[in-house]
Amino acid sequence: MEKNLEISASSKISPKREDLEGAYILHLADNALILGQRNAEWCGHGPVLEQDIAITNISLDLIGQARNFYQYAALLIGNGSDEDKLAYLRNEREFKNCLLVELPKGDWAQTVLRQFFFSAYQSLLYTELQKSSDEQLAAIAVKALKEVTYHLRWSSEWVIRLGDGTEESRQRMKNAINELWPYTGELFVAADYEIATAEKSFGVDPSALKNEWEEKVNRVFAEAMLVTPVGKWMQTGGKQGKHTEHLGYILVEMQYMQRAFPDSEW
Amino acid sequence: MKSAKEKIWSLLETVTDPEVPVLSVTDLGIIREVNLTDDITEIVITPTYSGCPAMDVISMNIKMILLENGFKNIKIKSVLSPAWTTDWMSEAGNEKLKKYGIAPPNPKQQVCNTKLFEADEAVQCPHCNSFHTRRISEFGSTACKALFVCNDCKEPFDYFKCH
Repeated sequence: MEKNLEISASSKISPKREDLEGAYILHLADNALILGQRNAEWCGHGPVLEQDIAITNISLDLIGQARNFYQYAALLIGNGSDEDKLAYLRNEREFKNCLLVELPKGDWAQTVLRQFFFSAYQSLLYTELQKSSDEQLAAIAVKALKEVTYHLRWSSEWVIRLGDGTEESRQRMKNAINELWPYTGELFVAADYEIATAEKSFGVDPSALKNEWEEKVNRVFAEAMLVTPVGKWMQTGGKQGKHTEHLGYILVEMQYMQRAFPDSEW
Repeated sequence: MKSAKEKIWSLLETVTDPEVPVLSVTDLGIIREVNLTDDITEIVITPTYSGCPAMDVISMNIKMILLENGFKNIKIKSVLSPAWTTDWMSEAGNEKLKKYGIAPPNPKQQVCNTKLFEADEAVQCPHCNSFHTRRISEFGSTACKALFVCNDCKEPFDYFKCH
């Protein structure tokens, strides 16, 4: 497996303990930021006003969580790093988010299904992370878990509403499952920084969350009259910085202002 | 005569939440500590929600009012743990919310659970006091509010949700 632990182009590629911890926190931050940015694309385009507000509120929570993680990562990384530099000045290969969160928002079915997959994962992850040996990481998780619980309930209800809805909504949910399922496996394949930090009880080994996640998905799918795919080949790479083409486009949009007008504030 | 610390606390009572202007930061229960050492005035605050955009404005307003009143070297420290809960909101704050047309969080703490399609405990309409209300959306005009409507007086209203 290729080592892709560098925090910035200038830092050395030596997986010291601090580097692994920094990489782990960046991974958590990138997941939250990219999904927050994706969901925000619905702003002003939601199917009804209340759901437009719901999905953008979820965005806000995720971006807030990302800020907490970036601020903490910046502290560990040092060297004049800050949350804005980490979000706006790293390149595609330096982002450690899972592929699932960078995929296009698709239709409403795809958006709510992705949110369900991810919230179910995040709720298990934060539940464990609350016990982290690192006080600050545990504190961020305690705070974030309360928010994720709302996201999980909201997205579960939508999966059921569409899956067990009309012929059209059901078909769209089936299409969304076909599209997104191959990207769910990566959530549970531990990267080197996840293994290393989990050994010190700093981070969480995601492979330990897989069974419970599948049970959760099965329960909601059963209620939605949907079938959980089995034995499909899974995409990986995002955690190591090998992304789909979609990440480049989202970064261009998100980072444009800081790249064009460095250090600009508003 | 008031001590410097008491003075700071009473100044903080005048700093309001920009999104819910009837609530002061002390009503919200987000001020954890006021620490005075030699030259430094430290205010320890806790965010309501991770992404609440009001927090930056609140920090700035706290700094401003303290500077205007002669305090120097003001540090605002944000502490996340233990996480803020609506239980920390003041009784007076809840009354103010209701008068303002926002239903205050239910007294019995009920953090969102994962049970689906379940109605929360009845929320009282801040306009006609009926408990015959229903939730329109879990997410309202800000992260801290949900959207409700009263089945009796038919008025929609915000509910400051339990958290």
